[in-house]
Amino acid sequence: MARGRNGLRVFCFLGREEKKRKKLTTEGTEGPQSSQRRVTQEHSHEWLCYGRKEGEMLFATELVGASAYDSQEHFVGRVREFFVEPAEQPNRISHFLISRGRFQPLVARYDQVSKVAPGRIDLNVSERALDAYKPNEGWLAVQKDLLDQQIIDTKGRKVVRVNDVDLSEMRTNEHVELRIAQVDVGLPGAFRRLLQGIAPSAMVRKLQGKLPQRSIRWEFVNLIEPDPLRRVKLRITHEKLEDLHPADLAEMMEELSAAERQGIIASLDEETAAKVLAELDERLTTQIVERMDPEKAADILEEMAPDAAADLLADLPKETSDELLEEMPNLEAEEVRELLSYDSATAGGMMNTEFAYVSEASSREEVLGWLRKQEFNLEQLDTIVLVDAHAQFSGTVPMARMLLAAPEQLMSELKTEPLVSITPDASEKDVFELFDKYNLRMLTVIDEEKRPIGTVTVDDVVSRLVNA
Amino acid sequence: MNLTTINNLIDRLRGRTLTFFSKGNQWRRRIALFLAVVGPGIITSNVDNDAGGIATYTQAGSAYGYAMLWSLVPMTIALYVTMEMCSRMGVITGKGLSDLIREEFGFRSTFFVMITGFLVDLGNVVAEFAGVAAAAQIFGLSKYIAVPMAAVAVWVLVLKGTYRQVEVVFLVACVFYLSYLFSALLSHPDWMLAARMTVIPSIHVDTGYLITLTALVGTTIAPWQFFYLQASFVEKKVGPRQYPQARMDVLLGSISCMVIVFFIIICTAATLHASGLTNISDAGEAAKALIPLAGKWAALTFAFGLLNASLFAATILPLSTAHVICEGMGFEAGIDHKFREAPAFYWLYTILIVVGAGIVMIPNVPLWKIFIFSQVGNGVWLPIVVIFILLLVNRKDLMGEHTNTLLFNVVAWVTAIFMILLTFVLVGQGIYQWAHGVG
Repeated sequence: MARGRNGLRVFCFLGREEKKRKKLTTEGTEGPQSSQRRVTQEHSHEWLCYGRKEGEMLFATELVGASAYDSQEHFVGRVREFFVEPAEQPNRISHFLISRGRFQPLVARYDQVSKVAPGRIDLNVSERALDAYKPNEGWLAVQKDLLDQQIIDTKGRKVVRVNDVDLSEMRTNEHVELRIAQVDVGLPGAFRRLLQGIAPSAMVRKLQGKLPQRSIRWEFVNLIEPDPLRRVKLRITHEKLEDLHPADLAEMMEELSAAERQGIIASLDEETAAKVLAELDERLTTQIVERMDPEKAADILEEMAPDAAADLLADLPKETSDELLEEMPNLEAEEVRELLSYDSATAGGMMNTEFAYVSEASSREEVLGWLRKQEFNLEQLDTIVLVDAHAQFSGTVPMARMLLAAPEQLMSELKTEPLVSITPDASEKDVFELFDKYNLRMLTVIDEEKRPIGTVTVDDVVSRLVNA
Repeated sequence: MNLTTINNLIDRLRGRTLTFFSKGNQWRRRIALFLAVVGPGIITSNVDNDAGGIATYTQAGSAYGYAMLWSLVPMTIALYVTMEMCSRMGVITGKGLSDLIREEFGFRSTFFVMITGFLVDLGNVVAEFAGVAAAAQIFGLSKYIAVPMAAVAVWVLVLKGTYRQVEVVFLVACVFYLSYLFSALLSHPDWMLAARMTVIPSIHVDTGYLITLTALVGTTIAPWQFFYLQASFVEKKVGPRQYPQARMDVLLGSISCMVIVFFIIICTAATLHASGLTNISDAGEAAKALIPLAGKWAALTFAFGLLNASLFAATILPLSTAHVICEGMGFEAGIDHKFREAPAFYWLYTILIVVGAGIVMIPNVPLWKIFIFSQVGNGVWLPIVVIFILLLVNRKDLMGEHTNTLLFNVVAWVTAIFMILLTFVLVGQGIYQWAHGVG
């Protein structure tokens, strides 16, 4: 991120956005997640599988409480939980928790298991070779974190809950690996959960075969999962979330619980988080920021446009906003403080202090060359502000006019008439009227010395009018 | 007036009140903050005074006069304590009660909660439509016209309205409960005696008295209300920052609910009990008996109160049930969604209303059997739900610093155990009635 004079700030959005667009076009047909914005209502459930799967499946429900025997056929204990280590292998059951009543629980690694059947697990090592159980943040617990949890579709709507987890066996020479194949969201899973331990397992298996299947393939499950503190983090790649447009992501988040929202924001990079926060409902934004670690919140605020950051801070309690401003780098904080000093219903409260300004004596070619090097945020380049030799505001040039002009033409010859500007203390109503009267796309805000200090763009006006 | 116009009106009104309040001083701002949250608590506790409730209060008032008024104070506390825990869970976790039961206690418990919930609530819905029929009779309207009309009205309201619109309608229904205040005023009660009896407990050891007392508690604290309360705080997106306002909403609700009960009991005590009519078991009957005693207007306001209460509860009970099942299964739920966005939710709502209203329409149907069934069902359901609530609300991993304090836990557990004992009595009595065929 580079920084110009007078609070000119530059992001490197351009390269990123191009990359993303490319990704969308190449991956568009692969799965519903990557093309969710084009999925219509009729197709939004296409990741659901109906009908019987070939080969026998093992079910998590059948393995809970299974007796574990070691290589000498000694009873070790009962299986209470399974863990997946998403960082290692996203679908392999990596550890089995074996409880032994009042003794310390043990953990069997996937390569220590030789045979798995409903109700029984055989190990290929002796009991002494097993490790004692220690909770691990990076592990995903199948029972606790997956069973019974809510599944939402790409539009953020609740669809169903996980009834059971279907596992497939992978045999190698010495051990058996269990892989999560799909999550059961249909009647068979519900039936099993209801009757397991009450009716004989064989009978349950026989009867459930008659029920219609409904399940979701594991590849399509993008887990939003709470950790012990009830914050939520995404265990599996959250690329899919970041592919969403910030406005869509914001809309989806509004449907989620507070803890889940917090988790999503925490999992996003600061730049995306800033964009999402700018799109979210005010009430939620303040809620999220207040619950966040101040340092992280300050990092996100830094990425936001100063006017959006100022709007957000204005809604927070005084102590919180002061604390956050302390955490931010001085220059940014100063900018935001300055904006905060304006009443939100004035031009000063609406303006953005990031804008491009050039000398009116420079030629079109010089300006374009300079702009290319700066990597501006594209929205900011709609209109260029001109200053004269005394650094006073002298006009604006729309980008379209610059495009059509000859290379050596001077900026002063390109500026639009009449010269419209406004002072920061003017009311928002005055701003609206100017926009309406002159059909403006951008309005320059100037201080007492006629120096440009910010711009109000048409999108600020539209969102004010919509929310009014 | 179509829905858009109503919507605009609500918007304008809210906007105006909120700007008026938020521009002012500290107090005005506080009121504005409160107004943004108010609703679920007041609505839920007032729905407790449904057709079955009014029948029970009438019975209490006509049979024992002012002698049961003292029980309203401990009942207010019990109502507040139990509802406050649910509102806190909703606000802190952002999840419904059924959501939490499924996530923390697994499928089997949830399945039990869902099945009992559905059957018991269906019984309750029948009772509400029977209340509509009884009130309509007093206004001289046949139940074959009134009940279908009521069913269509409540169905359209929830299907077409947004959460906010429906909430406004509910809040207006809460205001209509004041008709009991007029019934009470028109029946000229002995206010001094009523006040004294509210403060000083008078306990009679007599089977009938104890059974009526049990019924009073049983009808006031019903399991479905916890699910509805928590779900509406979640649907309203009330967050932890607004918890103080939510608590105030619940407190106001519990008190206003009991104030209405107070008026119903003194109204019937001053008229029916005073003139020796101590054997009234039905709210419609009570309204009719009021005509010669307190005049036509007292009877009409009483009947209007019954109609309002029944309609109100006939909307909320199916909503609560739909929430229980949809949250448990993970289906989309909520009034703000359209039919096609939350089909399971709206289908459940529709089925409950159609079946509930349909049963009332069957000529000569033995309604008392259904009432006893739902009463016993409530009794079986309540202890389980209350224990789930107490276990959940004390979970540090869910509630963080918002678990119960020791004092609150003591009060809550004592309330729970007391309620559980009372409902056992109620269940036993219901089974006895069923076996002996007395209505």
